[in-house]
Amino acid sequence: MTRAEISQAILDIVNEIVPDEDWSALGPEESLRGKLESMDFLDVVMELRKQYGVEVPEADYGQLATLQSCVDYLEPKLVNK
Amino acid sequence: MKKTECERIVITGIGLASPNGSNLQEYRRNLLDSISGVEAYSVRYFGDTLAGLCHFDALKYQTRKELRVGTRAGSVAIYCVHEALADAGLDLTDSEKARTGVFIGITEHGNVETENEIYEISKYEYQTKYWSHHHNPRTVANNPAGEVTINLGITGPHFTLGAACAAGNLGCVTGAQQLLLGEVDIALAGGVSESPGTFGIFAAFNSQNALAKHAEPAKASRPFDQSRNGIVVSEGGAIFVLERLDRALTRKARIYGELAGWCCNSDATDTVLPNSVRQAECMRQAISRSGLQPSDIHIVNTHATGTPAGDIRECEALREVFANCPETHFTNTKSFIGHSMGAAGALELAGNLPSFDDLTVHHTINVDDLDPACALPNLVIGQPKKLPRVDAILNNSFGMLGINCVTVVKRFSE
Repeated sequence: MTRAEISQAILDIVNEIVPDEDWSALGPEESLRGKLESMDFLDVVMELRKQYGVEVPEADYGQLATLQSCVDYLEPKLVNK
Repeated sequence: MKKTECERIVITGIGLASPNGSNLQEYRRNLLDSISGVEAYSVRYFGDTLAGLCHFDALKYQTRKELRVGTRAGSVAIYCVHEALADAGLDLTDSEKARTGVFIGITEHGNVETENEIYEISKYEYQTKYWSHHHNPRTVANNPAGEVTINLGITGPHFTLGAACAAGNLGCVTGAQQLLLGEVDIALAGGVSESPGTFGIFAAFNSQNALAKHAEPAKASRPFDQSRNGIVVSEGGAIFVLERLDRALTRKARIYGELAGWCCNSDATDTVLPNSVRQAECMRQAISRSGLQPSDIHIVNTHATGTPAGDIRECEALREVFANCPETHFTNTKSFIGHSMGAAGALELAGNLPSFDDLTVHHTINVDDLDPACALPNLVIGQPKKLPRVDAILNNSFGMLGINCVTVVKRFSE
């Protein structure tokens, strides 16, 4: 997946998890976790597992802080997806 | 001994979701107009069947995220509570929210959510790492009541009452008891059901030869009829705002009726077969505690579910309790909406409370060929019946494991 595709994949997941929020204006450096409750964040981790087969260990949760950091962290894991 | 105003419990608000109505006016109109809420339905694994399904607007009081994370029972409860509070003219302050309790009867809870998760992980070779972290908050037994408190910011006590199909009545009884104990000033009490979401309940009733089948869905729920063949599983809910009379009078609340008496007892005989002796005792106790005689009861809403054995047992109890009661009339709301399980007692009571105003007992539909074993004097079938007076309603609810819960509501009079 390209970086743009990964970014869109994350946005699709958060749209599904918190559909009442407008995610279209989320900036790449804006805090993503700050907009998600703890159970919502675990939903993101679960959807990455289900949809893309990506495991995010608890120690790496901090890597999913923003859209940009999500892409940086996930890019090597999704390079062949 | 005459009760004081703070020892009397009154109903000041009603919110409901029924298969044939999403508010009391619509529900009552459809009961009087013979409109059933039973429809064709298909559920995972089991396949095509029938059910009573509600069509209220779940997004009226919840966000899409709340609906995704929560349960159907929670959603039904939230809808009913909002509607009940609005009906009661209550906009709770923070201090009132601390003195408000939520008491909701459930037949079962967690089956729907557990089946959903098992189905979900079946897509991943049953690996439990795909099991949702939402499973525990969805399946704890207090879930529907707890979802209500989170949605409305109610900080008083909340719990559910597990009482099989007597749970709706037990929810009301518990609310009244909490008021009498002084634990709360406002009780949001009743029952809910999300049972059509679990294939297990259909499969189990089917294996028990107790699941209703009929080519025409509206004719499937047919208590007392010779050709009845079982239960129509339904969802729904009804929540009452209960208050002590002194508080209701102080705020000039509209009073639907007085929850004057109740009884809950146990058959102690069988897991599924009801016991008419214990049912009769339960009715007698509820009537006695209301300060009434059986002949003072003008409407009895029967529990009958449409099973061959269960309807007969209840009729035996009714004939014994109400012998020589010429003003007592009998009806059955399940014939319209099916069996709404944990909601049944509360929802059926709600459907009959307007009788205090319109002096009409709604009828039982689908009795085309009355089973002689279910014949009762003044069984209202075919069409509604006007009565000269309606001063007291008795509402029966009985459940598996032999739990019986009967409530008596009197016309309010100071």
